Amino acid sequence: MISLKGVQKTFNRGKANEVMALRGIDLEIPERDFVVIVGSNGSGKTTLLNTISASVLPSAGEIFFSGENVTTLPEHQRSRWVARVFQNPLSGTAPDLSILDNFRLAALRTSAKSLKIGVDEKFRNAVRDKVATLGLGLENKINQPIGTLSGGQRQALTLLMSVMDECKILLLDEPTAALDPRSAEVVMKTADDLIKQYSLTAILITHNLKDAFRYGNRLIQMAEGQIVKDIPSSAKQSLSEIELYSWFM
Amino acid sequence: MDFYLTALLQALCFSGIALGIYISMKIFNIPDITTDGSYTLGGVVTGILLSHSLPVSAILPIVTLSGALAGAVTGLIHTKLKINALLAGILVMTALYSINLTLLGRSNLPLLNYKTTFDTLTLTADLNQNTFLILCIFVPILIGIIGYILKTDFGIAMRATGNSETMVRALGVNTDRMKIIGLAIANSLTATSGFLMVQFQGYADINMGIGIVIMGLGSVIIGETIINWLRITSVWLSLAAVLGGAIVFQLVLAFTLSIGVDANLLKLVTALFVLLIVSLPRFSFTKAS
Repeated sequence: MISLKGVQKTFNRGKANEVMALRGIDLEIPERDFVVIVGSNGSGKTTLLNTISASVLPSAGEIFFSGENVTTLPEHQRSRWVARVFQNPLSGTAPDLSILDNFRLAALRTSAKSLKIGVDEKFRNAVRDKVATLGLGLENKINQPIGTLSGGQRQALTLLMSVMDECKILLLDEPTAALDPRSAEVVMKTADDLIKQYSLTAILITHNLKDAFRYGNRLIQMAEGQIVKDIPSSAKQSLSEIELYSWFM
Repeated sequence: MDFYLTALLQALCFSGIALGIYISMKIFNIPDITTDGSYTLGGVVTGILLSHSLPVSAILPIVTLSGALAGAVTGLIHTKLKINALLAGILVMTALYSINLTLLGRSNLPLLNYKTTFDTLTLTADLNQNTFLILCIFVPILIGIIGYILKTDFGIAMRATGNSETMVRALGVNTDRMKIIGLAIANSLTATSGFLMVQFQGYADINMGIGIVIMGLGSVIIGETIINWLRITSVWLSLAAVLGGAIVFQLVLAFTLSIGVDANLLKLVTALFVLLIVSLPRFSFTKAS
């Protein structure tokens, strides 16, 4: 599904503050894989995710989605495959727009936004039903600006929004980093359910080793812009939590 | 009373600027100074075409297109050349002054003997009241069109662009294109104001746009205060509130003139008035907390 060949990224090339964020990443992610990436700060995790979504273009190397070369496609075109949930709950939603309008936009991720009024009764009911599955009681607030909700609620809604339209790849960049443990739990469970229900190929970046241990079928550790450990499904199951902690010692 | 009616008519003529600034500043979060130039451009184009005896129904589309072009240039400079929006607007505004002067060929063009929008329909004998009635048809149509656009899928994407650019890009919207189109719409509205004003006052003038942006800003800020007070979330009502802002603004200016403030001080009074409205929420906040 996702294939990276020799992807490199250098920020501020040729200047004193030059940073090599990615040093030649080769990575094959088959369909329906749920990959968890761990690594210390500055190891290149987020840059890797950003090159997949095209918010950062690689300095060298190529990126393929299902065999199609997408290296030069800009972000708004790569969104045909990719849905994202950001670290900052504020980035994934438009605060002054209602829940309904946010969902409308998400439902049009892969298609043109035309001069038609798309929010009708049918769409309203569909959103209400979808939001009700979260069990947060938000289905009665769909006309409320999304900015009035808590970070956890917004993050959960962002996840739901990602499956409003056809989605193949879900990128989760520390989606629970800014949340309290309970909201984090809700968001991670929702993510896990959606990934299974919609057979998504997903990549999760997390600093929460419990989550890294519990979710996903493949575990990757990054350090200094390189993949240093790649634990496949079978080995991940036999990995102990203690062992995982020891990677960071 | 006639004095205040004139102020009201001016306000309705300025509704285009107010809506334009609302789109650029509140929806796209871009401070767009092109306004001064595109307002005059709208007026100048109207003046020239009127003096060539073109019907107003043919003039209006050309005026909106010329305004849209000016806005699109600002948008292109801002997004493609990555130049600060404020500077991009100032550049286009400055360039437009020469363009306007070249188009007009002189600094002032009287238009008293031509058939304007306000002569197309005679609903009452009183000239000002007739103008008022025609504006009462024209302005709601304008608000209707903009409100409709903002309600569509395209409009939702527009509103989200100024709100959360990261999200919008991740949802497959070309934000650069969105901003260019947004500035084009905003400035075509501004040009429409020039179109109305020139016909209302009976002449096109090269300096008519100087400082006009403050009129739009003040209207939007008053409109926003109304929106916050009444907790308006509907798009239509928000636009109506902006129109209300334009009306309040003109009435306050008319009032200051009527109590005998020197007309030379009008711009100073305008600036102080806008400053007062902008700072008003701050004052009440400090008291509340």
